[in-house]
Amino acid sequence: MTTIEDTNTSQQRSKAGNMTMMNMVGALNLAMDDALRTDDSVVLLGQDIGQDEGVFRVTADLLARYGKDRVIDTPLAEGAIIGGAVGLAIYGMKPVAEMQFSGFAYQAFHQVEQHVSRFHNRTRGRYPMSMVIRMPYGGGIRAVEHHSESREAYYAHTPGLHMVMPSSPRNARALLLESIRCPDPVIFYEPKAVYRSFKEEVPEEPETMPIGKARIAREGSDISLIAWGAMVRPALEAAEDLQNSDRVSVEVVDLLSVSPMDTQTIVHSVAKTGRAAVVQEGPRNCGIGAEVIARIVEHGLMHLEAPIKRIGGYDVQFPYFARERAFLPSAERIANGLREVIAFE
Amino acid sequence: MPRKPIKTRDKLEYLSILDGKGKVDAALDPNLDAETAIYLYRLMLTARRLDERCINMQRQGRIGTYGPCRGQEAAHCAATICMDPEDWVVHAFREPSSFYHRGWPLETVLKFWGGYEEGCQPPEGVNDLPIAVPIASQLPHAMGIAWGMKLRGDKRAVLCYCGDGGTSEGDFHEAMNFAGVYQLPVIFLIQNNQWAISIPREAQTASETIAQKATAYGFDGLQLDGNDPLAVYVGTREAVDKAKAGGGPTLIEAVTYRLGVHTTADDPTKYRSNEEVKKWEKLDPIPRFLNYLLKKKILNEKSAAKVEEDVLAEVAGAVERFEESRDVDPLDSFDYLFVNTPEEVKQQRDEFAECLKQEGIGAGH
Repeated sequence: MTTIEDTNTSQQRSKAGNMTMMNMVGALNLAMDDALRTDDSVVLLGQDIGQDEGVFRVTADLLARYGKDRVIDTPLAEGAIIGGAVGLAIYGMKPVAEMQFSGFAYQAFHQVEQHVSRFHNRTRGRYPMSMVIRMPYGGGIRAVEHHSESREAYYAHTPGLHMVMPSSPRNARALLLESIRCPDPVIFYEPKAVYRSFKEEVPEEPETMPIGKARIAREGSDISLIAWGAMVRPALEAAEDLQNSDRVSVEVVDLLSVSPMDTQTIVHSVAKTGRAAVVQEGPRNCGIGAEVIARIVEHGLMHLEAPIKRIGGYDVQFPYFARERAFLPSAERIANGLREVIAFE
Repeated sequence: MPRKPIKTRDKLEYLSILDGKGKVDAALDPNLDAETAIYLYRLMLTARRLDERCINMQRQGRIGTYGPCRGQEAAHCAATICMDPEDWVVHAFREPSSFYHRGWPLETVLKFWGGYEEGCQPPEGVNDLPIAVPIASQLPHAMGIAWGMKLRGDKRAVLCYCGDGGTSEGDFHEAMNFAGVYQLPVIFLIQNNQWAISIPREAQTASETIAQKATAYGFDGLQLDGNDPLAVYVGTREAVDKAKAGGGPTLIEAVTYRLGVHTTADDPTKYRSNEEVKKWEKLDPIPRFLNYLLKKKILNEKSAAKVEEDVLAEVAGAVERFEESRDVDPLDSFDYLFVNTPEEVKQQRDEFAECLKQEGIGAGH
């Protein structure tokens, strides 16, 4: 994987034919550009997404290219953005709504739970909720309170929603485009710590990947490490470190979509390695890690040679940023957790 | 730097045409043609008779909790008839005859209260949203539909119902605000029935009127006598015409009264006096409108009795059809969650099917 440090939004052309090196911000922007260009019913709505191009510049240039009826700056009200998106979807448009930070999406949670997740079911198929709700989540950007938490479990716990969490520029672009084309509602949790942390080659031509399919981010044979979103990077680093220091071969499973969850890929990996650990930013109690472990236990208990470990994800509030570096699971902490599982006999 | 009153640009008015004593303001009377007038009366009477039937059915255990609209028939019936088929109507939950007028069979309305999801499926070609249970959460949807109309340049409008209690919700504020900012073709019709379960109107908001809240969002407010079908009709008609001409939203406060219980699970004697109810019974919209029609010779005793007879037959037929369509398949709870059902939900469906088989439960339960 390419790991170019980048603080610039501009997309850098790669030498590899029709591939372009870009960070996740550029990749998400490309997906929305693809969607706006190819589907007239797509509209973007959110706070500061137009003239300001989004507080993270994810919507850069889109207002200029598509105009104010396609890229819509809204008043400051998450509930009306999502409630309005419900009406737009019922009227046959495809809203792609941005919540400026996932920590403010609770002001719209009632609309998500009571309507986005239910309208298709309630009307027996008459009104599908084809919409995407994008939001940056997670720690690591030294922001004030409510800008750092990971609450994917709330959405995964809600029937009727897809909960997608990309980990790299290329899969972010492919999954966002797929989410916009999806006839069902998708909560799209963007790991903002990854926004500009590295670049990757992304094809210029529109590319999608299926929702609900995990990927093997690194093959290994001794232990399976299940991660998603921003935790995939430190997970891969930990795997590399363990290979070098302990000669332990770690397989990293990147969930990409936490709901629906790709049980088969997880269990298949554990069947191969016999050991497993999960790393998460979000709280442990009833979290995605707990669900991953439940599925391993239900479908692969007999493959296990050691108890499964949950790394990170303490049941406390995410600390303010003076403490966040210590709090977030690091490659070292993940490697130590993996060593514990490997050492079990 | 003077101190002076601020003038607002938006209209705030009160409208009454046919008052509680039966007097008509001839200058304001829309002089509905006979067919429309009789149809409106029939719609109001249908709501009344369905209400009575539903309360009985709830007591007999044939449907679940029911929320009657007794006393509010003019407020919802005279508004909904102002909408064209290509317009949209977004409902709260006390508007049975609006559904009926828009093309929902009455038995479908019964199905919602009977515990069937089928009661929320709009018939093909009917541009309506079903009953919204979480108070005021439907207002942003109405705003969003109107937003779509504006973005697409469609000359259509949305009628959205809500109650006085709903105006305290954040969704009311947010929807009104967006509607004002984007000048959307939507009519928010607040049925101010004086009571949100046990909380009286004056304990809900310190505003002198609900209509004046529109001023703060930059559009017109209209308070009208919600038990006066002519005022509701004229007020809504003007708001719809304005919306379609690009004039933006209107907030209508229809002042009415919930003569019955909040729902069949409620005992209003705990919080309001009989005297108050009796006072409002004298303002009942149904005899008021019937007397107007008799006076205008649009109806006579015989033709009025025929309307009554037809309405009772229609309600009885709907109840019969409702009772005949109780068979449902519990398995289909899995079939409408998604357009593209994920594999894991399909697997759970199979698991549930197996459970039902073991327990001997099939379609019909």
